[in-house]
Amino acid sequence: MSEFLLELHSEEIPARMQVKAAADLKKIVCDQLKSAGLAYVDARSFVTPRRLALVVDGLPEKQPDVSEEKKGPKVGAHEKALEGFMKANSLTSIDQAEVRNTPKGDFYFVVNEIKGRNTTEVLSEIVVETIKVFPWPKSMKWSKNSFRWVRPLHSILAVFKGETLKGSFDFGNQTLDFGNKTRGHRFLAPDWFEVKNLDDYLHKLRLAKVLVDENERRDLIETQAKALCTAEGLSLKDDQGLLNEVTGLVEWPVLLMGRIADRFMTVPHEVLSTSMKEHQKYFSVLDGDGKLANRFVFAANTEATDEGKTIIAGNERVLASRLSDAEFFWDQDKKDKLESRVEGLSSIVFQAKLGTLAEKISRVQDLAEALSEQVGCDAKQARRAAELAKADLSTGMVYEFPELQGIMGRYYALHDGEAPEVAEAIAEHYSPLGPSDACPSAPVSVAVALADKLDTLVGFFGIDELPTGSKDPFALRRAALSIIRLITENGLQINLRQQISEACIAYQKTGASAAKPLGQDPHMGAGITFFDSAFKDNVNGITDTLMSFIADRLKVALKDKGVRHDLITAVFALGDEDDLVRLLARVDALAGLLKTDDGANLLAAYRRAANIVRIEEKKDKTVFDATVDTVLLQQSEEQALHEALEGASQEATKALEREDFTGAMAALAGLRPPMDAFFDKVTVNDDDPALRKNRLCLLSRIGVILGQVADFSRIEG
Amino acid sequence: MLLRGQRLEATKNISTPALWLLIPNAGHYKFIQISHCSKMTNSNMSQSDVQKSDAKKSDVTPSVAPKTKVIVDPERCVQRLILKLQDYWARQGCVILQPYDVEVGAGTFHPATTLRSLGPDTWRAAYVQPCRRPTDGRYGDNPNRLQHYYQFQVIMKPSPANSQELYLGSLDAIGIDSSKHDLRFVEDDWESPTLGAWGLGWEVWCDGMEVSQFTYFQQVGGIECNPVPLELTYGLERLFMYVQGVENVYDLDWDGVPAEEGGKTYGDVFHQNEVEFSTYNFEVASTDELFDHFKEAEAECARILKFGEANAEKNGKAKGNLLPLPAYDQCLKASHLFNLLDARGVISVTERQAYIGRVRDLAKACCEAWNKTQLEEV
Repeated sequence: MSEFLLELHSEEIPARMQVKAAADLKKIVCDQLKSAGLAYVDARSFVTPRRLALVVDGLPEKQPDVSEEKKGPKVGAHEKALEGFMKANSLTSIDQAEVRNTPKGDFYFVVNEIKGRNTTEVLSEIVVETIKVFPWPKSMKWSKNSFRWVRPLHSILAVFKGETLKGSFDFGNQTLDFGNKTRGHRFLAPDWFEVKNLDDYLHKLRLAKVLVDENERRDLIETQAKALCTAEGLSLKDDQGLLNEVTGLVEWPVLLMGRIADRFMTVPHEVLSTSMKEHQKYFSVLDGDGKLANRFVFAANTEATDEGKTIIAGNERVLASRLSDAEFFWDQDKKDKLESRVEGLSSIVFQAKLGTLAEKISRVQDLAEALSEQVGCDAKQARRAAELAKADLSTGMVYEFPELQGIMGRYYALHDGEAPEVAEAIAEHYSPLGPSDACPSAPVSVAVALADKLDTLVGFFGIDELPTGSKDPFALRRAALSIIRLITENGLQINLRQQISEACIAYQKTGASAAKPLGQDPHMGAGITFFDSAFKDNVNGITDTLMSFIADRLKVALKDKGVRHDLITAVFALGDEDDLVRLLARVDALAGLLKTDDGANLLAAYRRAANIVRIEEKKDKTVFDATVDTVLLQQSEEQALHEALEGASQEATKALEREDFTGAMAALAGLRPPMDAFFDKVTVNDDDPALRKNRLCLLSRIGVILGQVADFSRIEG
Repeated sequence: MLLRGQRLEATKNISTPALWLLIPNAGHYKFIQISHCSKMTNSNMSQSDVQKSDAKKSDVTPSVAPKTKVIVDPERCVQRLILKLQDYWARQGCVILQPYDVEVGAGTFHPATTLRSLGPDTWRAAYVQPCRRPTDGRYGDNPNRLQHYYQFQVIMKPSPANSQELYLGSLDAIGIDSSKHDLRFVEDDWESPTLGAWGLGWEVWCDGMEVSQFTYFQQVGGIECNPVPLELTYGLERLFMYVQGVENVYDLDWDGVPAEEGGKTYGDVFHQNEVEFSTYNFEVASTDELFDHFKEAEAECARILKFGEANAEKNGKAKGNLLPLPAYDQCLKASHLFNLLDARGVISVTERQAYIGRVRDLAKACCEAWNKTQLEEV
């Protein structure tokens, strides 16, 4: 069992790149080992801010010998071909080649026995190649070199079976020999030391105040941070993203706790947390009630001689300076009522072609009001919440912390004495932001959230800014998914098509006024003329495109929940269903039907019928959609089927009117026995053309009647 | 976090005539373009660091009256610390220069950095550079924000193999002891659209505070740097406030001499400047004349370059004929004039990009001319 250890020691690697770099290192080396025929037992990579390391265990001493067989020209082939073959295989005479009989005649063959090379040799090449091809997202040159690495690369430790690999890497101006040395923590143990193997490496680095395993560092940070909190009767606010980032900023984490000065505790706690996290990478701490405590925890990268007193004091100072900014914004922002900021939104461009935020707000107000009845909220509150929804964008606090938009609006609204429902809606109207984000359920919030997203989607679809491939710069897919979640999770019965055309009308209204403030700018002016007409002349086009976009998002969303996409397609194919809640009920009912034996057999029978009809229609170049002539129904089975069909149709229609989709399905499920009987006894393609035509029309009815609940031709499997 | 912009605390007021462009980003709105965003002198404006617009007297932080002078340690007064930095870098082989005598927004704009970054020769220099950012003026009322402040700048080409150690040595020289402090290199890449320049590096944290920018230049004036220079920038006021332990820039001990013996604070030296220049920048500067001056500087820069080019062609030699240095002065003037206009709030969104582009064209042309004079040597 032979072990290979590699460490690339550089200046600080950005935290965000480290995890992928470790994975890349392992993959790149291991892929090369595999293609070199070097089997191994295990490979692990490690990463710290200053080093990227890999250990591969269980490598052989050398590559296996291989015999390589090459087929040459045919015996008696042209002189030139023979010469080429001899040259390529270093033969002095063609007699050195073997003649073998193949089905295509006699051919020359040569068998080369290739001796496996020593693993050390191959590894040296692999190290050089790995460094050369390494895919950093951003890389740089340094000094006089032409080579690029993420930051200057200072040493290459490459040890196989305890011995340093022979080799070096050429940076262009400077050559770095492979070695067996590394160094410890920048300040605590900067000296170089020799390393024999992984155990030695990990052990000595630990003594030199470096924890090379990022998982160990992460666990240590979390454990230490929690311990600090527990000691104070507090708890750590969970933040895995921050934890991962901090892990990439330290080699020797030492967790320390600082205090937030009491005067800042009156500032909204979201502000404190955000400032600490975004600017300083500090963890927030919670008290027994789950509220923000006046402490913060951070990871220093060193053991200070004064137990961290200076470091804590310094960090508290920096935080105080940060928070006095926040405190200042909080005090300043409260001086102006949120209401008074609405006017300022006319100087914020929503999208160059779609006018300003003030115009967006006026549209969203109309839409929210229109939705209030279906959502079940007070129309005035919906209007008010929509009016104030974006007003916090012009506050100093949101300018500094854009991620607090909405949340700050709630604080300022409550301060101004707005209704709690209105304040809540301001905070929640951006939600849900993703599949895992909570979906608002308070009616006013739902109305404003829906209106805002509908307006955005209609606007961007109106100016033809659709997402393409992986590009969705305006997060329109997310907006569509949010609409779906808002409607379905709250069980809202909303006619989307109608709402979309309402949104288009809203754009027609603001279109004219938009020309005024932005009119001086030729850029904007042109856009407004364009969108004005698009929202007037192309309402149906916009609605159709947007509906199918939403349908696609719904399919994706349901697929994630395990709902069959073909069932969604089958129900969507009905075309007229734009009530998402009803649509989902239909899909559910259809899925329920197909799970039963009757349902499965009904589907089989339907397909048989549809196939026959399709083939015969093609043959006759006609469509069998005439009304069934009962007089021509001669056999009892066809009469029975006809009756059953019409009966089921009526029953299904009634059930559908009651929106009882399960009932409708049950009615259709009853069609199975008469259909089976029909296929058993009746010959569709009767010699009498009139009978044949009538029977085909009867079969065609099956599709039509089933089509009341779903397009069965779209169902797969 | 921005060091070179000396943006410690901001007094922002965004309900100005500025036009903002917002795009919905992951459901939220992301501010992508604001009429007073990164100023052209602001070579190290990080992306997140969108600038505020003009602040008037009414919306600045409550005035923090300068306190009585406190001398913590004469060795840590402003002027001693500057001398220590100069002494340290002189010992590392840097030529110690004096500030450039044209207004600049950042130490990077000094020709000793911008132009000298290009060309194959070895170059090591260090200097203090006063920087002007007209829109950052706060009438002397903000404890952390100034329209005129100091940067200490080090440029070393090619970047030394022990760049980080050298830098840490300079912190030690001004009394920042690595056994007591937590020093960290945190990713922060640099880009200056105005100079057509970019580099990779870090912001250096001392106990959570950014004390320097550390950048390996990759490109300047659209030209690949070869060899690659190392650029270090220290925001002196902030760094010294930390070393002296004061909360208000105007409280900084300038000279280590007690007040009763005539000793001065930063406020004694500069407070009146801040008040007067804030008033001038925001209220008095004549925009018509500034626009004219901008055009003149731009034309003069182009004229100088053209003249040099004709001579170089005639004499078959770049050096001594091309005139990148005088042309670059005009580029700097244009850049500063633009900043003044920006502070007056008279440049619209669309114009803004155009003006930045015009200055970039000048900077690029100067860099190209400079590069020609340097490459000819070898």
